[in-house]
Amino acid sequence: MAPVSFRKATRVYPGQEKPAVNQLDLEIGDGEFLVLVGPSGCGKSTSLRMLAGLEEVNSGNIFVGNKDVTDLPPKDRDIAMVFQNYALYPHMSVAENMGFALKIAGVGKEERAARVKEAAKLLDLEQYLDRKPKALSGGQRQRVAMGRAIVRQPQVFLMDEPLSNLDAKLRVQTRTQIASLQRRLGVTTVYVTHDQVEAMTMGDRVAVLKDGLLQQVDTPRHMYEKPANVFVAGFIGSPAMNLTQFPVTADGADLGHGAILPLPRVALEQLRGEREVTVGYRPEAVDVVAQGTPGAFPVMVNVVEELGAEAHAYCSFVDAQGQSTGRTDVIVRVEPRSVPEKGAQVFVRIKENEEHLFQVSSGNRIDF
Amino acid sequence: MEDWQAKAAQLGVAVAGFLAVVALVLLVAERGPRAVRDRLAIALFAGPALVLVGVGLVYPAVRTAVLSLFDADGTSFVGVDNYEWVFTDPQALVTVRNTLVWVVLVPVFATGIGLLYAVLIDRSRFEAVAKSLLFLPMAISFVGASIIWRFVYAYRPPESGQIGLLNQLVVWAGLPPQQFLNDPPWNTFFLVVVMVWIQAGFAMVVLSAAIKAVPAELTEAARLDGASPWQLFRNVTLPCIRPSLVVVLTTVVIGVLKVFDIVRTTTGGQFDTSVLANEMYVQSFTAGEYGRGAALAVLIFVLVVPVVAYNVRQLRRTREVR
Repeated sequence: MAPVSFRKATRVYPGQEKPAVNQLDLEIGDGEFLVLVGPSGCGKSTSLRMLAGLEEVNSGNIFVGNKDVTDLPPKDRDIAMVFQNYALYPHMSVAENMGFALKIAGVGKEERAARVKEAAKLLDLEQYLDRKPKALSGGQRQRVAMGRAIVRQPQVFLMDEPLSNLDAKLRVQTRTQIASLQRRLGVTTVYVTHDQVEAMTMGDRVAVLKDGLLQQVDTPRHMYEKPANVFVAGFIGSPAMNLTQFPVTADGADLGHGAILPLPRVALEQLRGEREVTVGYRPEAVDVVAQGTPGAFPVMVNVVEELGAEAHAYCSFVDAQGQSTGRTDVIVRVEPRSVPEKGAQVFVRIKENEEHLFQVSSGNRIDF
Repeated sequence: MEDWQAKAAQLGVAVAGFLAVVALVLLVAERGPRAVRDRLAIALFAGPALVLVGVGLVYPAVRTAVLSLFDADGTSFVGVDNYEWVFTDPQALVTVRNTLVWVVLVPVFATGIGLLYAVLIDRSRFEAVAKSLLFLPMAISFVGASIIWRFVYAYRPPESGQIGLLNQLVVWAGLPPQQFLNDPPWNTFFLVVVMVWIQAGFAMVVLSAAIKAVPAELTEAARLDGASPWQLFRNVTLPCIRPSLVVVLTTVVIGVLKVFDIVRTTTGGQFDTSVLANEMYVQSFTAGEYGRGAALAVLIFVLVVPVVAYNVRQLRRTREVR
C-alpha cells in the first residue's frame, strides 16, 4: 500500500503531435480509491497504463510510494491490474490464473494455494477453482480477474473499465462489491471508467480528464456542487446540467421574456466586459411555477421521461410567439405525480443560489 | 477453310446443346414439384464432385489396394508377399528407415526454425522483409528447390575448381571437398535440409499469425504478473498458439510422408537415400514391380490417414476456440 503521484507525466504517441496525456499532476493518497473518468479518447486509460508501465512516459515522473517508477518495467512496480476483458489465461484453471503471479515470484506451493483459497473465499469463487475461464459466466470471470489482483497483495490496484462487459444489473451489484472490497483491503486503487455514475458512486475522489488534460480532481459531492468548468459541469450528473448562454445585463442574466436572473455583485464584476454568461442549472434546480412569478420563463415540453421516483421533462426555449427556438434544451425534474403534458408550455424558474456561472470564453467557473 | 467452318459449326452445336440441357434443368428446378427440385439441386451440386472423386480417388485407391496383393504384373494373387517384402528386404528397409528419419526431423526443424524466427522478428522494424525472405522458398517448386540445392551440394574433384557453394566453403576452410549426396547416412540429412528450407517459411507464417492473434491484454497481464520474456513465452504465448503448432506439425508430416520430388531430383534414390514415395515410383515404373509399388502406396496411405484425421480435428477445434 502506497500513495501514487503523477508529476507532469506526459505521453505523446509516436507520429502524433497532441499528447494523449498532457502534463498530468495527480496525487493519490495511501489507500484512496481514485476514479479517472472522461469521454473516450480523453487519456484516462493511457494514464492508467503509464502507471502500470505498459505505456512509456515521455516526460515527467510517476511515483509509487517514494519510489520513482517512471522507467521501471511493469514487473518491478508491484502493481496489479484488472483489464476490461479480464485477460484471463485461457489455458489455466481459475486457481492457476489467480496464483500465476505468485508462481512467477517463486512463492511456495502451499502458501500459494492458501492465498488463492483466501481470495477465492472473499470473492465467492471457491467452487470454481478448478474450472477454466471458458466455463465461467461474465460476472465470475470478472471476479477471477479481481482475485488475480488481490492474491498478489500489491501496492496499488489498477482497474480499466472492469464492469463494462457486464449487463446493467450485474454492473450495479459489482460496483458496490468492488467499492466495499477496496475499503476492506485498503489498497490504493486507480479506477478508469467512462461512466460518470460509476465514478461518482465508487470513488473517494474523482478526476475528470478531457483531451489529455486534467479538468478537476475532487470528491464526488464537491465535484457535483462546484464543477470547475463547463465541461465538468456537463459531464458530471445524470441527466446532465443545463448549460445556457444568456446576455449579461446591469444586474444579472437576461433569461428572456422579461425574466432576469439576479447575479451577485462579485460575479458581475468578474463578468465586466462580457456580453454573455454561461449559466448552469441542474434539472433539480429548476422549479415549475405559475406564469408571472418573478424570474420565470416559458419553455415547451418535448418529452417526459418517467422513472417512477422522479420524472424529467425535456423542454426547449420558446420565442415570443410560443414557437421553439433553436437554443439548447432545458431538462427539468418534475413532480412524478403531476407531469406536464407533451407539447405544453410551462413556466420554469431557476432556484435561488443554485445556479452555476461560467465564463463563455474560457468555460471556467465564476465563483461568487 | 471448310474444315475450319465445319469445326465452328460443331462447336456451335455443342454449345447450343449444353445450353439446352442447362435450360431444361433450370426449368425443372424452377417449376418441378418441391421434392424433385430438392433432389435435383443436390444432384446438380454434389453429382459432378462425387463422380470426379469416385473416378479420380476412390477407384484408384481400391484398385491400388487390390493390386498390392498381386504379383509384379498384376496377374496372380500373392497375398501379403509384397508387404512382407517391404518389411524384410534390406533395401526396402533402408527406404522405410529413411522415411522415418524424414518424418521426425523435417517437422521438428521446420516448425522449430519457423517458430523461433516468428518470435524473433515479431514487431521488429523489418518484419515484412524478414518474413518474405523465409517465405520465398515456398514459392519455388520442390523440383526447382532440389536443383538449387543440388548445385549447393555439387562436388568436383579437388584438383578442379568447385562449383558448389558448400564445397567451396569447405575448400576455403582448408578441407578436402565432400561428396555430400553420395555418402550415407549423412546424405539423407542433407536432403532433409532442402525440405526444411521449403517448409520453415510455411511454419513461420502460420505461427507468426497465431502469435499476433494472442490478445495484447494477455501478454500485458503476464508482464504485470512479473513474467520474464521467457516465462511469458512459455506460460502464455506457447499455450495460446498450441493449436496452430499442432496444425503446422501435422501438415508438414503429411507433406513429408509424400515427399518424392526432392529425392528423385537430387539422388534419384541412390546411395541409400530413397524414401517410400520414391521407391513406389521406382518399383512401379522403373522396375515394373506393380505389386510392390502398390504395396508401398498403400503403406503411405495408411500412414497419412491418421495424421490427416488428427489435423482436420485440430483445425476444427481451433475454429471453435475463436
